[in-house]
Amino acid sequence: MSSAPRVLRAGERGILLEFDSLAAAVGCRAALSRAAIPGVEDAVSGARTVMLRFDPAMTSREAVAAAVTAIEPEPGLLPRSGAPVEIPVVYDSADLVSTAALLGLSVDGLIAAHTGRTWVCAFGGFAPGFGYLVSDEPSLDVPRLETPRTRVPAGAVGLAGEFSGVYPRASPGGWRLIGRTDVPMWSPERTPPALLAVGSAVRFVEAGRS
Amino acid sequence: MSALEVTGVGLLATVQDRGRFGLLDQGVGVSGAADGASAALGNRLVANAPDAAVIEALFGSLAVRARGTVVVAVTGAYCPLTVTARDGRTRGAAMYELITLADGDELRLGAPSTGLRAYLAVRGGADVPAVLGSRSTDTLAGLGPAALGVGDLLPIGDLVDGEPVVDAVAAPWGTGASAPVAVLDALLGPRDDWFAPAAIALLRTREFTVAPASDRVGVRLEGPAPLERSVTRELPSEPVATGSLQVPADGHPLVFLADHPVTGGYPVIAVLTEASIACAAQLAPGARVRFRLR
Repeated sequence: MSSAPRVLRAGERGILLEFDSLAAAVGCRAALSRAAIPGVEDAVSGARTVMLRFDPAMTSREAVAAAVTAIEPEPGLLPRSGAPVEIPVVYDSADLVSTAALLGLSVDGLIAAHTGRTWVCAFGGFAPGFGYLVSDEPSLDVPRLETPRTRVPAGAVGLAGEFSGVYPRASPGGWRLIGRTDVPMWSPERTPPALLAVGSAVRFVEAGRS
Repeated sequence: MSALEVTGVGLLATVQDRGRFGLLDQGVGVSGAADGASAALGNRLVANAPDAAVIEALFGSLAVRARGTVVVAVTGAYCPLTVTARDGRTRGAAMYELITLADGDELRLGAPSTGLRAYLAVRGGADVPAVLGSRSTDTLAGLGPAALGVGDLLPIGDLVDGEPVVDAVAAPWGTGASAPVAVLDALLGPRDDWFAPAAIALLRTREFTVAPASDRVGVRLEGPAPLERSVTRELPSEPVATGSLQVPADGHPLVFLADHPVTGGYPVIAVLTEASIACAAQLAPGARVRFRLR
């Protein structure tokens, strides 16, 4: 592996692999999904990390760590599915103007940057159906809000750090909101219930603005 | 077909099984019984398959009436039990024993003297519809059956595995008053190096108190002082394990239980052992806790 991850202990049956970059974490996760490690029950991704849960009756922390470092990672931030999922967005949310200003862009410029690139779902978490979307285009990196909102509506499209994402349902949240969509990100009746999987490609399409 | 009719609920009663697996990437955690050991013991007492669903009753205070003959066992938090027959006659029953309820018998769990969550296992399992492969109510994700209410009728399934072989077992953690201070075992990491040595020392040596805002997501703890970080930059969101001792911005740790979020943005200083996760799920607000770190 080009740059070996740090191997951190996460309880009796977990190890947390920490990488230098999101791309390296995503690349390792992609490789892991093709090469099953004996005794490993599941894997979860983070922004710089992959956590593996193993069965201590079948394997050991050391054996899992050795197996992981022997796996050749795949290239990082590449979509791993076919046609991109298109998400129509109305760009009219509360933080649109201030977020554009933070990035030194006009509102048009921000919308063009958000819609003009292919995003990739790097990992899930936070809430059912929430995907952390990244791209290898120049970053739209903005800090989270100082004070998170106590309620963000379902379908809100936001930016935070190096990520974009769509809130699957109403929840508290600290991302800067630039738009909204009607596309359901999560429906338990659907198989799989989440619209996005790790590796899904996403294009945002402008469906209107204020 | 036999069933259990819910005739009383206390603070919260939910159906739980071993949990919902394979959906972590979609942001859905495992959920399942918060004290998995007690739920599993209940299923073994009534000779259920391990996947059978039980009722988790927060602070006991649950009542059910049998429709048809039903065999149950109650484990976990130590509650007084009574069985009232249809003719009004009442008989005693004990925790951790097989209880046969005749048609019309009502089983009542009182408030526990020890522990927080009682488990009612019914032979055959609570047969509510599974959602995404599990009958568990995930309070964070909003998945699975609604919390139980008075009047609900729980059908009983056929997830049995052989016949019951014992009538009763000893309560795993005693029957009397709680230990004055619960001791939880935890393994340092993954982010213990984000904390000042004083924070590790505080966690190792001082007592913490369970705060009232605790729930199935986590046991919130209040210590004598906040746990101070040596690394103060923001932590990129990372996966968290059940039993993680996460330290949010205010420095007061919480132990993640069954309904914890899949990822988190605050450092985890240590992770409880499996046995201590079950123990943590039984800590009521006001309980005192100490950590044994390794």
